[in-house]
Amino acid sequence: MELFTEHGTILIIMAAMFGFFMAWGVGANDVANAMGTSVGSKALTIKQAILIAMVFEFAGAYLAGGEVTSTIRKGIVDSGVFTNQPDLLVFGMLSALLAAGTWLAIASFMGWPVSTTHSIVGAIVGFAAVGVSYDAVNWSKVSTIVASWVVSPVMAGTISFAIFRSVQRLILIQDNPFERAKKYAPMYMFAVGFLMAMVTLLKGLKHVFKDIGIKLSFGENALVAVGFGILVTIIGTYLLSKVERDESKEEGNRFYNVEKVFAVLMIFTACSMAFAHGSNDVANAVGPLAAVVNVVNAGGDIAAKSSMPSWILLLGGGGIVVGLATYGFKVMGTIGRKITELTPSRGFAAELGAAATVVLASGTGLPISTTHTLVGAVLGVGMARGIGALNLRMVGSIFLSWVVTLPAGAALSILFFFFFKGVFGS
Amino acid sequence: MAFSNPISNLFGKSPILPLQDHMSLVVRCATQLEPFFEAAIADNWPQATNIFNQIVEYENKADELKKDFRLNMPNSLFMPVPRGDLLSILAQQDEIANTTKDVCGIVLGREMDIPTALQTDFMGFVQSAIETCQKALTAINELDELLETGFTGQEVKFVKKLIRELDAQEQKVDKKELKLRHRLFKLEADMPPVDVMFLYSTIDNIGAIADTAERVGNSLELLLAK
Repeated sequence: MELFTEHGTILIIMAAMFGFFMAWGVGANDVANAMGTSVGSKALTIKQAILIAMVFEFAGAYLAGGEVTSTIRKGIVDSGVFTNQPDLLVFGMLSALLAAGTWLAIASFMGWPVSTTHSIVGAIVGFAAVGVSYDAVNWSKVSTIVASWVVSPVMAGTISFAIFRSVQRLILIQDNPFERAKKYAPMYMFAVGFLMAMVTLLKGLKHVFKDIGIKLSFGENALVAVGFGILVTIIGTYLLSKVERDESKEEGNRFYNVEKVFAVLMIFTACSMAFAHGSNDVANAVGPLAAVVNVVNAGGDIAAKSSMPSWILLLGGGGIVVGLATYGFKVMGTIGRKITELTPSRGFAAELGAAATVVLASGTGLPISTTHTLVGAVLGVGMARGIGALNLRMVGSIFLSWVVTLPAGAALSILFFFFFKGVFGS
Repeated sequence: MAFSNPISNLFGKSPILPLQDHMSLVVRCATQLEPFFEAAIADNWPQATNIFNQIVEYENKADELKKDFRLNMPNSLFMPVPRGDLLSILAQQDEIANTTKDVCGIVLGREMDIPTALQTDFMGFVQSAIETCQKALTAINELDELLETGFTGQEVKFVKKLIRELDAQEQKVDKKELKLRHRLFKLEADMPPVDVMFLYSTIDNIGAIADTAERVGNSLELLLAK
């Protein structure tokens, strides 16, 4: 197609810029939400949290982020409609990136709790449904995604409720909570390691293995995941062996030393949270960019089979790191200072519930909001009478942000779509 | 950039520590009853005035904490314990400081004379009442541990034990009050009637302080039942 030979480079550069902008936004806001609970409960310092975020966000995006990226790239729109007009898909994805990025900037400025995921999905649906045609949207997929936005916080809440209840049963209500904590903490560590490895093997690495000619059965996958879980448990047990009981601190708070054990456990859930977040949210920035690059490089052939160039993922990961380094650490610090009431035993239950939900969603390719899932998980711990005070008004403002974000992202995206069409189109 | 973050906004201020701080201030206020009455019995009124000023200061601070507490308890808070129960515990705690101030105010204003024959019993009665308040504080100080365990298990048993001790202590105060009043009754014919009236009311009020401390414990028990 003439457009792509003439303007291909500039289109890709623009998409890369907008994608980087989105990734920056994810790093500046979303990552801080995902990691803030660890900082708030003093399990990690801000520096440690950022270091963990950098490594595990990247790992999550690279190892388990493929399914969500492909949903954003080609699952929401019906690619059949674009076969004869690939330029519209390119303009659309560019507009969606720009619209979601702009909307996130406005919302952050106004202090609204919006979700990156909702912005980008709203923007893609917007340009496709209004800019192209009603049929250009894969509505059944979109309704699954919207349903997952309701299900994910509920599911995270249920899981963290159950986890916290088990912590109460097994550890907190016992006569010797410190010994019990040391005994049972490795079990939770194993669960963290096993879950992350299992989802990564089953979903994320499927394509990688296929490329190099390895095919593992479900049982073999499970075996590898068990191995990974055991490895995590060994590392954890080593770290736990360094936790000494300081009886002098127990006078004011008899659970001081128990919480120290949970703080170690929280290092692992923080890693899994960053991994889960990377597997789900990096796609928001990288998915549309990948769509643009694929179409342009294939000269407009949408059906062409292409793997995602690795520089796209690097750009997404790099944007997140820059976002973290420039602004995210500030947000993390503010969150950390504000949620001092969260102790490691609670933070661990909430993070594990949220991370499990997010990584499962990533495995099925559903783009969900990590922040909303975490809010659901925290409420779950609250339901188990675990948290001093939760502000339910937040739940209301999250619903409000839903109602506003989807049409706002869509409207901006439609606006940009016609703008790009006017500038580049014939 | 305006800062509003869904995760940090989700967490409200836990009411537990402020409630404990309030109680510890209130009990510090009530503890002053002992040096105050020692000074009163020794007829050292300048010293009694100093202690009374200290009591007033504690009481004012407790009032401030109470106001702060109420302002930080919007309806939209979701807590492991009912908001109303916490507010009624707070009101009871505050009453301990208020009654302490009232008792001392009247004693100081009238430069009240406590008959020599009653003095030992009277001081014992005051000490027991103070001890009741301290036992109530011990129980209230377990609230953060209760929250940590999610209001279940060993901790609940432990707090129930503390509350039983508190009840027993209050019954001791009741017995001492009865005895003290009876001895005063024996003496009252030889005393100025107005003095007798006020002495009875002082004894009543000190008994009421111990009663209120017990009620704090009972309200705490209500939280356990839910």
